[in-house]
Amino acid sequence: MEKNVDRTIITVVGKDTVGIIAKVCTYLSEHQINVLDISQTIVQEFFNMMMIADLKNSDKPFDQCAKELELLGKEIGVNIKCQREEIFNKMHRI
Amino acid sequence: MINIWEVNETNKMIEQENLDVRTITLGISLLDCIDSDLESLNNKIFHKITSKAKKLVETGEEIERNYCIPIVNKRISVTPIALVGQAACKKPEDFVTIAKTLDRAAKTVGVNFIGGYSALVSKGMTAGDENLIRSIPQALGQTERVCSSVNVGSTKTGIDMDAVKLMGKIVLETAEYTKDNDSLGCAKLVVFCNAPDDNPFMAGAFHGVTEADAIINVGVSGPGVVKKALEQVRGESFEVLCETIKKTAFKITRVGQLVAQEASRRMGIPFGIIDLSLAPTPAIGDSVAEILEEIGVEYAGAPGTTAALALLNDQVKKGGIMASSYVGGLSGAFIPVSEDQGMIDAVEAGALTLEKLEAMTCVCSVGLDMIAIPGDVPPATISGIIADEMAIGMINQKTTAVRLIPVIGKGIGEMVEFGGLLGHAPVMQVNKYGCQAFIDRKGRIPAPVHSFKN
Repeated sequence: MEKNVDRTIITVVGKDTVGIIAKVCTYLSEHQINVLDISQTIVQEFFNMMMIADLKNSDKPFDQCAKELELLGKEIGVNIKCQREEIFNKMHRI
Repeated sequence: MINIWEVNETNKMIEQENLDVRTITLGISLLDCIDSDLESLNNKIFHKITSKAKKLVETGEEIERNYCIPIVNKRISVTPIALVGQAACKKPEDFVTIAKTLDRAAKTVGVNFIGGYSALVSKGMTAGDENLIRSIPQALGQTERVCSSVNVGSTKTGIDMDAVKLMGKIVLETAEYTKDNDSLGCAKLVVFCNAPDDNPFMAGAFHGVTEADAIINVGVSGPGVVKKALEQVRGESFEVLCETIKKTAFKITRVGQLVAQEASRRMGIPFGIIDLSLAPTPAIGDSVAEILEEIGVEYAGAPGTTAALALLNDQVKKGGIMASSYVGGLSGAFIPVSEDQGMIDAVEAGALTLEKLEAMTCVCSVGLDMIAIPGDVPPATISGIIADEMAIGMINQKTTAVRLIPVIGKGIGEMVEFGGLLGHAPVMQVNKYGCQAFIDRKGRIPAPVHSFKN
């Protein structure tokens, strides 16, 4: 995997329920994805979490992780989205 | 490190405010395909386009998945075909075979438009240029994805009025040739003054002869994002208004810059320019007219509109220029009528006329764009409208363009449906007085003086 695409932002948005973080983190640990940072907030009564994850040692490529996390989100009833970090760095840092 | 608020802001722009990258356009030079044998020329063109653009759509989709940013169009622009085809094409029908080759190549690689069925005749036409221009109605009528443009003037050369006269006729013939489709052919035909070599936006994109063999140009968008940002500063001073537009334009453009760099890296093709344009779509909340309303005019076209648009256009450039390493193309706010719901509403309310649109084009890119007019307008009148718009470009050292759609069989106020991004538009009124004697004069309007500016 290329060096500059390690960091991925995972966002989870949806109705709050028990075990959202646990399920997402279980998936990440099963695939050797390291979590660098987690923040969580409630926006307009919706659960809103952002994780910065390191996919450097992941056993699956980005596209597949993104797809599987999206499916996991559907199971839990939340929206899970993976985006490479550069889009945020570009937009918010000079 | 990036925080949750920044992540949410970006995703809100994408999910709720229609932030997207409007187009990745791959410019391909066809100069090395030139051949005096028509069949061999067509084969070389097909091969060059399909090999260079093989990975274009796939790469675009990969970038979309990586960043969750929609890239609405993947397109191709090529060297003006009048230059490429002159040695082989002896009559207009010969040029039509090249149009069909371009169409086939576009379909093979999966792009939705291919631009460059063009002639550059700002000072005069060769026999080949004229043949290409005369072939435009057939070429656009018999293909699906080919876009055509003709540059008829520039600040350095003046305006080729013979070409302007011819284009009035060609626009009408194209309308007639595609009348079963609401004269859709004209939506793919642009007449330019000062056409840029690196414009990624259709229908006017072509790959200029000053460009490298292949180049990636990206057009950004995001009127919805600017509109939402301005909602937060209602009633504030011009200083606050302008700062808000600049900051938003910066953010939008940075996304375009990222996409351009990534596309360039993944395809191994150099990055050319970012086109800093606010390009509307017919979708609700993706309108330049709505920004003007948010700035404070009741409808686009009301008094104050030109000033508001000038301000908007300038701030978009100021914010965008710092966000990108290379800026080019058209770079400004687009005001196409049919592609912008706010503009359509303004026309229907009687707030926006052709004359006001012409005034607005003095301060923004790009010109009289996607305007439906009655199909029974005489060719000289269309030429007159083109000449007026070209004069604005020539004198003000800016790009101007005309993309009029004379809709055969429809009259003022009737609605025309073009579909998709091209939208729909009410047929607008055209000044009924003629200019035949003016258009019948032969030759060209001389280049303007470049001093004594007033």
